[in-house]
Amino acid sequence: MQPVLDISAVNKRFGALTVADAVTFSLAPGEALGIIGPNGAGKSTLFNLITGNLQVDGGRIVFDGTDVTNAPPMQRCLMGIGRTFQIPQPFVKLTVFENLLVAGTFGSRKLEAEVAARCGDILIQTGLIGRANVPAGQLSLLERKRLELARALATNPKVLLLDEIAGGLTEGECAALVGTIRDIHASGISIIWIEHVLHALNSVVERLLVLDFGKVIGMGRPNDIMASKAVREIYLGLDV
Amino acid sequence: MSAPASSAWRVETRTRAATGFSVFAVLLVAIAFAAPFFVSRSLLQDLFLILTMLVLAQNWNLLAGYAGLVSVGQQAFVGFGAYAMFACVSLGGLDPILAVLIAGVAAAMLSVATGFFVFRLQGAYFAIGTWVVAEVVRLVLAQWRALGGGTGTSLPNAAIRDMAAVQWIAEAFSVRSAQAADILTYWLALILCCATIGFIYWLLRTRQGLGLSAVRDNQEAARSVGVDARRIKWAVYVSVAFVTGMAGALIYVQKARISPDAAFSVVDWTAYVIFIVVIGGIGTLEGPIIGVIVFFLLQKTLADYGSWYLLVLGLIGIAIMLFAPRGLWGLFSDRTGIQFFPVRRILKGGPSTDHQGTRGGPHG
Ligand SMILES: Nc1ncnc2c1ncn2[C@@H]1O[C@H](COP(=O)(O)OP(=O)(O)O)[C@@H](O)[C@H]1O
Ligand SMILES: [Mg+2]
Repeated sequence: MQPVLDISAVNKRFGALTVADAVTFSLAPGEALGIIGPNGAGKSTLFNLITGNLQVDGGRIVFDGTDVTNAPPMQRCLMGIGRTFQIPQPFVKLTVFENLLVAGTFGSRKLEAEVAARCGDILIQTGLIGRANVPAGQLSLLERKRLELARALATNPKVLLLDEIAGGLTEGECAALVGTIRDIHASGISIIWIEHVLHALNSVVERLLVLDFGKVIGMGRPNDIMASKAVREIYLGLDV
Repeated sequence: MSAPASSAWRVETRTRAATGFSVFAVLLVAIAFAAPFFVSRSLLQDLFLILTMLVLAQNWNLLAGYAGLVSVGQQAFVGFGAYAMFACVSLGGLDPILAVLIAGVAAAMLSVATGFFVFRLQGAYFAIGTWVVAEVVRLVLAQWRALGGGTGTSLPNAAIRDMAAVQWIAEAFSVRSAQAADILTYWLALILCCATIGFIYWLLRTRQGLGLSAVRDNQEAARSVGVDARRIKWAVYVSVAFVTGMAGALIYVQKARISPDAAFSVVDWTAYVIFIVVIGGIGTLEGPIIGVIVFFLLQKTLADYGSWYLLVLGLIGIAIMLFAPRGLWGLFSDRTGIQFFPVRRILKGGPSTDHQGTRGGPHG
């Protein structure tokens, strides 16, 4: 089957710092892929390259059979790439509901009235319904992270990129989040999830990719990856 | 996870205060249209000034408060529109009213040409860029001998006298043509002002307006959810120039005398305008309305104090920025929750019974 996302030999440097070094992988339709690696490895940067918020220095990004290497973020969103930001980026003066409405109406090129009900449903699904009519600037950090997920869903994505949305949650909240992401995955959306909370990640994803200094140093089934030497070295001292 | 009940959702934007206000607004506009029947000529000229400043303020507010394009060079479009009108009337023999429309188009064309330059600049550099553009346009027009070069020129008396509807108004009110021209320009300013506010309010309630608000709050995130930030900003920049150019032309139909220094005055057409928006409340439609009234009252009270006037304006501006960053309207609106021009999309209905917004909400 044709991959929904195909990354080949992608490079990115910030001055002397290499943050993506010949990164190559592909994502099958309906697959859930986890990305792990130490802080500063280039995980978030990789997302920014996939969404077009940053330009690659070299390599190719193919989404759904179309080369999007030079497409602007807006166009990639319309094609079906949805994302969350690691540091939440809400539209602070708009309400939570309006944040979703923007994403719904622009992300799928429909009228506000056509997407309003779906936005309401997503607010229930992500547990934000109680805050629907509150300006997003008044949300707590955890609520902002949930809003990132809800807003990305509202764009009606084929591929959903999640960047560290489980950090700082209590055990119960984390389990609920895992449930939500499983539901999203079960609805047919492909997922790439960057996460340090490994038990949450491993209960959802089918494959893990390990990134270190911008290089892919391992890829495979979660159990095999967690057992590998490279990962043990990197995560020594980190909570496994 | 609850089962979605899509059909039960409703979205509302109307508020009771706004419905009450719209009745009041219609009355106010009706009275304003009738004003020439019962106010003195000097008061009519004051009202003309208020209305045209309000048009400029609403436009700068749309530009800076919504599109995040903080321009300090809007005098470029005021002056260019005014000069375009003068050229049409003095050199082309056109009716001043028609010339006002052409001036808007000319200003819009100038904004397209200069936009390619200023849109390459970000933040403070954008602001400086717009100012540089305005200076360049001023210097170029000051070379135009046929329109008086650096010292300026006046509109021919006949042009004002023969302006569409002036004779008719002169007869109906039994006044001289100069006063009739004041009445006509006042009515045009009122129409332009209502049209501007109506247009911006309509825009904010459309899908594009929602996109614009998202760009204002966070451009990077807006682009990531499919908003074409660049196109929206261009559209705002050009339409603001169009209206600003018309306002500039109309102001100079009324003044009937132009010079480059006055028409491109950064104090008159940008500093005062920014003051109005900031003290009233940036990013709201109500703010500039409050701002222009406060500005006008201050101007009247402090008129005799010369340069002290500017100093006091500056101090008040700074005080408000420090202690009420959302302006006088923000101060009022935050306390009371009242909005006369509601644009919020409020979600109602749905399977959950309580979402008034104070509860934390269930997790997951
Ligand atoms: N826009 C940028 N300009 C310069 N350096 C950056 C930029 N964004 C990220 N970096 C640097 O690139 C490295 C990788 O960052 P990031 O992708 O955020 O890492 P991760 O998400 O894996 O923790 C870090 O050292 C970071 O400081
Ligand atoms: Mg990161």
